[in-house]
Amino acid sequence: MNHSPATDPHQAPDAHTVDHVRRDLKKYIGIGITLLVFTLITVALSYVNFGTIKANFIVAMVVATFKAGLVAAIFMHLMAERWTIYRVLLITAFFVAGLFLLTLLAWYDPISRH
Amino acid sequence: MEIPYTTSARRDTGLWNSKIGIWLFLASEVMLFGGLFSSYIFLRLGAAPGYWPRGLLNVPVGTLNTAILIASSVTVVLAWAALKMRNFAQYKLFMGITIVCGVIFLVVKLAYEWPQKFVHFGAYIKDDALSKYEAQLGNEYLKSKGITLRNEISGHLLDAPEGSPFAEVAKKNAEHFQHLLHEHGPAHEGHAPVVQTPETDDYVIQLDAINANPTDPGNERPHFLPKELTMQTAVIKAADVKFASMFTPNHNPYFSTYFMITGLHGLHVLAGVLVFIYFWIPGAALYKTNPEHLANRVEVAGLFWHFVDLVWIFVFPLFYLL
Repeated sequence: MNHSPATDPHQAPDAHTVDHVRRDLKKYIGIGITLLVFTLITVALSYVNFGTIKANFIVAMVVATFKAGLVAAIFMHLMAERWTIYRVLLITAFFVAGLFLLTLLAWYDPISRH
Repeated sequence: MEIPYTTSARRDTGLWNSKIGIWLFLASEVMLFGGLFSSYIFLRLGAAPGYWPRGLLNVPVGTLNTAILIASSVTVVLAWAALKMRNFAQYKLFMGITIVCGVIFLVVKLAYEWPQKFVHFGAYIKDDALSKYEAQLGNEYLKSKGITLRNEISGHLLDAPEGSPFAEVAKKNAEHFQHLLHEHGPAHEGHAPVVQTPETDDYVIQLDAINANPTDPGNERPHFLPKELTMQTAVIKAADVKFASMFTPNHNPYFSTYFMITGLHGLHVLAGVLVFIYFWIPGAALYKTNPEHLANRVEVAGLFWHFVDLVWIFVFPLFYLL
């Protein structure tokens, strides 16, 4: 989005871009409020006993991932980005997953554990 | 040399250059923080029972800082949108608010949260001496309820063994404690708490609530509002102590990861604030010649800022709540 080729920098932005940005303003504020509400929800949920610490962990991480998703999708405009960027992020996701997998492998130690 | 494609898209990538640049940088940042979060998982899973403290940090303060970062993420988007709509006054306003938010976050971290840790003391008790400190640990009670046993006594250090690096801090704390005693009196009528002992091989600690009332069921889970230090003290023999220090990175794996991750995150906040200050004052001159270029610069700096916010969204529950 917003890739209007401003060949003449002094030129005012085209009406389409301005409309588009203006329409999104409310969305940004709405997402900000949603994030604040979910912060309070995270805090409240941490005082609920879900049985084990592991269960509390999963609940907290699900909420955090949802919040992070909102930041990435809306604030960072990943909802509508070019494929070049998605490609970069897919590769990152692959390697970061590998990194966490290595951590878990080291922890469970399937080779030397008997 | 003029850097090309600052406002118009390159034909092959479909993007202006700095956009793809910042995303490549953020990809490397994901790996950086990913490595640190990996070490958090590894150290937490590997921590011996009782060695990963919970509910130690001040949750209201952490919540406030989270809210401040989220608010600044909104205002930086609004600053960018203002430039896109060619509203310079609004840009200056929203960028100014963003900078203030970033500074508040750092001040809370560096002037309040961290220094509080540096003066808080904890002593891990040797396994064979745990029963001697039943009055502070309450392990018989915890055992009967099937709860993880305690092995640390914490609070403010009032007296340290001879030659201890904490002697100076202890002396200052003791003076403050004496002053409080003089003003408010001891917690229990007639029982003046020990402040200093003539022996040269013991610690005296002004106890945290958890060690002052170890069998209080309220201490079994973290609380939203932090509990104050009590006016009770305990004497601990240096020979019974496995390891003792202030709440510094070497105290336990929890504090190592806490200071490492919040420290690196704080450096990112600082970097973001510096970049924003540049775009707010000297860099804003670009608006006169090429407003679209300034908008793109702010968008790219904003992407970095959102990433910093995104990292905090995970840091907050991992260290403050869980």
